[in-house]
Amino acid sequence: MLLIDCPYCGKRPEVEFHCGGEAHIARPETPTAVGDADWGSFLYYRTNPKGVQAERWLHGHGCGRWFNALRDTVSDAFVATYEMGKPRPDRDAATASTPSNA
Amino acid sequence: MSQPFRRPSGGRIDRSRPLAVTFNGKRLEGFAGDTVASMLIASGQHLAGRSFKYHRPRGILSHGSDEPSALLSVDWRADRGPGYRDPNNRASVVEARDGLVVNTQNHWPSLETDIGAVNDLLSPVFVAGFYYKTFMWPRKFWDRVYEPVIRKAAGLGEAPDVKDADRYSNRHAHCDVLVVGAGPAGLAAALAASADGTKRVILADEGSEPGGALLNDTTATIDGRPAKEWVAGAVATLDARENVVILPRTTAFGYYNHNHVCMVERISDHRADAPEGLARERLWQVRAGEVVLATGSHERPLVFENNDRPGIMLAESVRAYLNRWAVLPGNELVVVTSSASAYRTALDAKAAGMRVSIVDIRLEADCGPEFAAAKDAGITVRSGHTVIRALGKKRVTGLVVSPIGRDGTIGEKTTLACDCVAMSGGWTPSVHLFSQSRGKLRFDVELDAFVPGTSAQAERSAGACRGVYDLTEVIADGAKAGGGELAPEATASFTGFQPVRVLPTDADASKVKAFVDFQNDVTAKDIRLAVREGFESIEHVKRYTTTGMATDQGKTSNMNALGLVAGILDRPLPAVGTTTFRPPYTPVSFGALIGPARDELFDPVRKTPIDPWAEANGAVFEPVALWRRAKYFPRVGEDMHAAVARETRAVRTHVGIFDASTLGKIEVIGPDAAEFMNRIYTNAWTKLKTGGCRYGLMLREDGFVYDDGVVARLAEDRFHVTTTTGGAPRVMRHMEDYLQTEWPDLDVFLTSITEQWAVIALQGPNARKVLDPFVTDIDLTEAAFPHMTVKTGYVCGVPCRLFRVSFTGELGFEVNVPADYGEAVWKTLYEEGQKHGITPYGTEAMHVLRAEVGYVVVGQETDGTVTPDDLGLSGLVSKVKPDFVGKRSLTRPDMIAAGRRQLVGLLTKTPDEVLDEGAQVVDDPAQPIPMKMIGHVTSSYASSNCGRSIAMAMIDAGRERIGETVFVTTPAGFTEAVISNAVFYDVKGETADA
Ligand SMILES: [Zn+2]
Repeated sequence: MLLIDCPYCGKRPEVEFHCGGEAHIARPETPTAVGDADWGSFLYYRTNPKGVQAERWLHGHGCGRWFNALRDTVSDAFVATYEMGKPRPDRDAATASTPSNA
Repeated sequence: MSQPFRRPSGGRIDRSRPLAVTFNGKRLEGFAGDTVASMLIASGQHLAGRSFKYHRPRGILSHGSDEPSALLSVDWRADRGPGYRDPNNRASVVEARDGLVVNTQNHWPSLETDIGAVNDLLSPVFVAGFYYKTFMWPRKFWDRVYEPVIRKAAGLGEAPDVKDADRYSNRHAHCDVLVVGAGPAGLAAALAASADGTKRVILADEGSEPGGALLNDTTATIDGRPAKEWVAGAVATLDARENVVILPRTTAFGYYNHNHVCMVERISDHRADAPEGLARERLWQVRAGEVVLATGSHERPLVFENNDRPGIMLAESVRAYLNRWAVLPGNELVVVTSSASAYRTALDAKAAGMRVSIVDIRLEADCGPEFAAAKDAGITVRSGHTVIRALGKKRVTGLVVSPIGRDGTIGEKTTLACDCVAMSGGWTPSVHLFSQSRGKLRFDVELDAFVPGTSAQAERSAGACRGVYDLTEVIADGAKAGGGELAPEATASFTGFQPVRVLPTDADASKVKAFVDFQNDVTAKDIRLAVREGFESIEHVKRYTTTGMATDQGKTSNMNALGLVAGILDRPLPAVGTTTFRPPYTPVSFGALIGPARDELFDPVRKTPIDPWAEANGAVFEPVALWRRAKYFPRVGEDMHAAVARETRAVRTHVGIFDASTLGKIEVIGPDAAEFMNRIYTNAWTKLKTGGCRYGLMLREDGFVYDDGVVARLAEDRFHVTTTTGGAPRVMRHMEDYLQTEWPDLDVFLTSITEQWAVIALQGPNARKVLDPFVTDIDLTEAAFPHMTVKTGYVCGVPCRLFRVSFTGELGFEVNVPADYGEAVWKTLYEEGQKHGITPYGTEAMHVLRAEVGYVVVGQETDGTVTPDDLGLSGLVSKVKPDFVGKRSLTRPDMIAAGRRQLVGLLTKTPDEVLDEGAQVVDDPAQPIPMKMIGHVTSSYASSNCGRSIAMAMIDAGRERIGETVFVTTPAGFTEAVISNAVFYDVKGETADA
């Protein structure tokens, strides 16, 4: 079970959270002005990277607030969590700690 | 049984505390500190079970949790009645105590005489891949022959047939350092990690006491003191530290993400005096800053013909039984080894008075100092020898050995008489937890083993589990992993071994049973066959032969299987791959995993304030989401059909009372509440006056219907929103999502008020009459209080939000009162209603009534791919609002394409035939299969008010096809139905829409 660092509550177990998919996909200001293809991309197309991705999380069984997180889709390591509306942090500035067994 | 093989002194047993357990109905004696395995050996009994496939006699192989053979059914509390027995307990880890009732498994009629042993003779049938090859055909044989017969003949113990009567508990814990394993490495790590007092340390070990392999040792010294004194000192030091928790009998079985380690602690199985009610086991979920794995290593058996005969054991286990439990595993011991460590066993056995000789696969030149030590002790060592086969059946009686020539030829055979064999093929580091943590394994050729490579989490391995075997180095390694330093002076260990996969033999390899996996009865022959049939990856060989797939997860067998496959393919061992280790490390009871979450605590049942009344009045309940709701209220002699017919008629002729408290309710409050509602619903809200209600439709951004419900405007800045019963949590989440992430500028608060209000629906022509006497400050007349309005006031003197709404088409009110008053108000209204023919009705009648008038249920008519227009509800979609969630999607090409599935009614040709919900609809039942499905039935009922059955369905371009005949699947074939409008009943008198 993942341990997720809610920006408002601190570290809490995964069962308290709900993942809302990729972050930083802005809903168009005027949806009616968007063409069919672009609207289809907005609705359905996601980058699905192998590596660090920004995603939305809801601390539903906690403070009830949405926030963003950088998670490595390979290791499940949370690189950073940050408040909704803040820019995506520089991933190099906030790397997940993975010690070695050397 | 007495204890003829108990040594006169020594061992970590308490001779002042004798005890007895019942073994196959006989009395088995021992002392506190014994395991069932050590008691069996003390009594001279090695035969401890029959094997999985071949029903071969099996003995005790090991002294720990890696035991594959001696599996017992244990009734832990026979004196407390049924429900305390479980199968497949390893005799080597079942701590003996008074009152245990244990039985061997897999035999009939008895352990000594087992008819299933004929499988051993039939073994050509049970070859590798047997299950895949045999169970293919014919199909009908599966139920009649394969399943009942083969399951009975081949299988491990019998599952319990009654509910587990024990209690289980759980605990979450956090620490800075978790040390798994309390052998010399783990103790040293815990000492180091806890030294400065700043770190919280948990030290967990699966054994009954800390010490690990040092508990088997009577000769080693550490810093000049006997090893057991060093252990006692370390434990005392740790015990005295406030920041250390020591957990014996605690197995770390799962290593998950973010250093989440799951452990099971055995609390009461070992206690004869355990009070009733004390939990049997406790599940620990530990979150550790760092994890130190000091999990030790497993000894490898040697693979030769009949290597599974009782009396043949792992060499270190023989030493453990001799020293820790003070029992002699026999009188005449042959140590067969390719590993130096087994010489310690030979020396200890000799000192204990056994007659001992050694057969070493290695040449004398390849041996270390152990060779001279054995010679000095007067032990005969046959180096450069192999074992051709073991003799004996229910107990080993001898070994046929022979020298191996320079060219690998088998020399002259000698038979060594013996009643016990100690074998060692070297050591395999226990990397299970490391592998579970997703760390990368590395193959070390020198060690002939996979060892931890790169860690994936904050973890370090120490000691034998990473291939460090010398005692001095083990302690130093542990201390280093714990963040400290120790440089003890300990007795040098005999280390090093020569890997050997299958002992050389001149016997016909295709006829010989030399076991690789003891628990799953997999022989070297099976593995050779698998490779010959083309299985080359170890993961495939594993599944085909089932090697390593038993409850012991191949702790003793994996490396032999891997090495054998690599040898046959002539590839380096890592090229064959290694198996991925998965939780649990050892079997875990379901009880421990679920803890208290069973019976009524398994899934919480939500009950409404009116539930006690419903229960007292004979309601039949059904689950709806987590709620339990009254489905119908049968009178004596009524079935559901009759009850629902009566309830639905009463609503249309008199009045019905219905508990609608489960409706989701959300209060939307704030200066921007109306704007928020405009954006989240398809309808327009700005013009809805205070006191007005509106049926609201909610879409997802993709344009599909998400939820619906009546919304009341209580004030300029306040909406009382209702949702479907099951939809409340997701609607709340959906609203919060948009509010927080897309429109944080809107000044709106959302509050779930589902449980704050009880909702009593009064529906039917007499509804007003029932309500009238109890309302003083609200004018209930049609003119003052029309359909789709809301008023606040008092009912029965209780504050109330009174809705004039209907989900039946009849005159209707929904009385919202604070939950605490719900039952009292219900009872008052029900009492008054007696004058007016009031009838309580349940969810089934509610569904029929709404279908009669064509109201949809989101989640029944819709499935996440349905648009408002598909439901015929495009009138609820605002054309003027510039935007709302889902609006843009409604004009995507596929959303407006012709031919979409649309909601219609279906009337069966035979009026009393009720279609199945979910049944498929086709145009032509004679068309070839696969047929073209043109739709499906979404709702279907017998309607007493309509005098016939009614159904709703989603049909391709259905609204254009009204009047046409279609065919609907039934269990008996197709039936005819006519497409109709989805409204089936005309409400008479004062209707909802009057
Ligand atoms: Zn939070």
